[in-house]
Amino acid sequence: MTAKLVVGIDLGTTHSALAVAQLEGTDERVSALPIMQLVSAGALGESPLLPSFLYFGHESEPALALPWDAERRFAVGEYARSRGAEAPERVISSAKSWLSYGGVDRRAGMLPLNAAQDIEKISPVEASFRLLDHLNEAFRAARPEAGDLAEQEVVLTVPASFDAGARDLTVEAALAAGFDQVALLEEPQAALYAWIEQNGDGWRNHLRAGDRVLVVDIGGGTTDFSLIDAVELDGSLALQRVAVGDHILLGGDNMDLALAHVVSQELEAQGKELDRFQIGALSHACRSAKEKLLADAELESVAVVLPSRGSQLIGGSMRGELRREQVEQYLLEGFFPRVAATEVPKVRPRAGLKQVGLPYASDPAVTKHLAAFLAQEVTPPSAILFNGGVLKSPKLRARLLDTLNGWLAERGAPAVRVLPGEDLDLAVARGAAYYGLVRHGRGLRIRGGTAHAYYVGIESPMPALPGLEPPVFALCVAPFGMEEGSHAALPPQELYVVVGEPVTFRFFGSTARRTDAAGTVLERWRAGELAELPPIELTLPPSGRAVGEVVAVQLQASVTAIGTLKLEAIAQTPLTPDERWQIELSVRGA
Amino acid sequence: MRRALAACGLSSGVAIVESEAMSGSSVSFVGRVWLAWVCSFRVLFDARFAARVAELKRSEAERASLPPAAPMAVARTVLPEEGALQLLALLQREGRFVDFVEQEVASFSDADIGAAARVVHEGCRKALHAHARVVSIRSEAEGARVTLDNASADVKLIGNVAGSAPFRGVLRHRGWRVEELSLPKRVGVYDATVVAAAELEL
Repeated sequence: MTAKLVVGIDLGTTHSALAVAQLEGTDERVSALPIMQLVSAGALGESPLLPSFLYFGHESEPALALPWDAERRFAVGEYARSRGAEAPERVISSAKSWLSYGGVDRRAGMLPLNAAQDIEKISPVEASFRLLDHLNEAFRAARPEAGDLAEQEVVLTVPASFDAGARDLTVEAALAAGFDQVALLEEPQAALYAWIEQNGDGWRNHLRAGDRVLVVDIGGGTTDFSLIDAVELDGSLALQRVAVGDHILLGGDNMDLALAHVVSQELEAQGKELDRFQIGALSHACRSAKEKLLADAELESVAVVLPSRGSQLIGGSMRGELRREQVEQYLLEGFFPRVAATEVPKVRPRAGLKQVGLPYASDPAVTKHLAAFLAQEVTPPSAILFNGGVLKSPKLRARLLDTLNGWLAERGAPAVRVLPGEDLDLAVARGAAYYGLVRHGRGLRIRGGTAHAYYVGIESPMPALPGLEPPVFALCVAPFGMEEGSHAALPPQELYVVVGEPVTFRFFGSTARRTDAAGTVLERWRAGELAELPPIELTLPPSGRAVGEVVAVQLQASVTAIGTLKLEAIAQTPLTPDERWQIELSVRGA
Repeated sequence: MRRALAACGLSSGVAIVESEAMSGSSVSFVGRVWLAWVCSFRVLFDARFAARVAELKRSEAERASLPPAAPMAVARTVLPEEGALQLLALLQREGRFVDFVEQEVASFSDADIGAAARVVHEGCRKALHAHARVVSIRSEAEGARVTLDNASADVKLIGNVAGSAPFRGVLRHRGWRVEELSLPKRVGVYDATVVAAAELEL
């Protein structure tokens, strides 16, 4: 069946959103869709944002019914999020961060992390699938005439920093939800597409050939940077994504938690004790107090009241306050300090912000992460596009901008121009839908290809020495910037695989090394330049060959039309023409 | 509460009888004799009145036989609009409205009440704005001199109310109008009268 619509899905760490555009006709407008969800027990509401939370009902509760399923035992969205504060053992949050975390088996039932006994844990892939499935149900409810999302073209966004394995798993979740016409798009690119869509043809007046756009995307859970160049190509303007930042698990939730910490310490100093329910409520209260203080320069402090948990509201509530200097000290100086352009994020683990499991960024300073990202670049950015809920605050945007312009001034470069984005919550979904039109030749495509270069670890031959591991060389199999549908050159090196036995290779990715060609062998690299990913695995089936036979293979990378990386082993002396085996990425936790 | 709700369904004439009967001690003996006299004749000659009295008597008997723990069973049949309960539940959930109004405030300091009021204000405001669009009826500043060309249902005349339009006066209150109200749809098994479930921490 041919799709009539293209649907952009922003599957976010804390919120998800849907937007649609018509594939037929000339209407290029993109609209966000309301997402039906349970907002409280037995109450159905619609919102353009779906909190990315999954709640497993308990036997004491009636079914978590939806108009299309009266017997449902789980809920996705607003009610799931609010239950997360009341019954945390029954709620999955940040499924996306788990999906991208190579330290665990992402196909194994592991969530909720500290699940109650009666819950059958599900994998990060399944959790993502359930969120997508809910979006599909909400789509059917919002557009009954359009049918199922599976019949439409779907563009699913991922952080630019997602490695090949995390992208594969995202596609796996989408396929499980029945979306066979799916393509991936990097979120910062989606934000730029949304800006282009919003400006119509006028966007060309804002960007000139030679411009370099820095996209800074700070959401609830992650921070993502990309650089996109405007270049002259065959006489017209083209856009090319030239660099992406590392995966940084740092976002608005950390900021609210940090402020809640500050206020709770003050309350505790007054001899008041807070339980975990109140800490959760405090984090909420701090978010709204923060927004008020950041929005109104006249306000000196905002009262933060923790309501009593019982029905006696008066007298039982605790009153704290959040003062301007605290917000400035902890948010501006803690998360957006004015740092030198040469600053790098600290790698020392910080106990205060950590939760068991996920590899949260150990340095909360967004500006240091940005400095480290830009330090790799010779050409400084000339324009900036903000995205993500955190950057709705003008004060935080201003600080980021000031700091960046300070660095540029030191280099003698002009200050960046701000590209005015409109809806920072929905831009990614809207941009994804617009990209769906671009894939049909309606609009300008951002070129860029793969965001990482990939390397296979090769142990160098050396005599065994006690206590000394043989050094590992990194063989580049996929260069940075491979376009969809292209193949990398075959590296000259041969690897040896035993038929019938699984062979694992160490696997590395780099967002920093952008000039290595396939076949380049690195004997050493700078700290942080290569990130080790979960190992890749290859098992040669014994078809036509004897078990135990050693086969020489070369590894060839290609990029699928969906935008995922494919790695294949090609036999040096094939038994049949074009004998090759696919290598599975992201098999299990390291 | 139970009695009052049960009486709502009756016509006003009978409701007076009902309310007087309920507050039995306040009706004098002479009054009761008069009532018995009037009622006995109306029961004899007015079939509809007789039916209502019979209904009243029957429901009185039913109420007496009900166990005290199940008042909802009676209340449910004459419940006000479910939307009102839903709005109450929303105001309670977001802004602890029922908690606040139901608590006795006399013994608390203004500071305590003020702290609680912040919770109520912020939460109720959020709930109201999320589900209703409330706009002022008059755009002029309060205290401004206003001329009203014609009497209008959304402007109440106060003070020296006399004469005919146009009316000239000082705007004392701008008024509020709900332009849009969208309450969450209900789905599945639920009890609308539970505006806040009791909470039991395990």
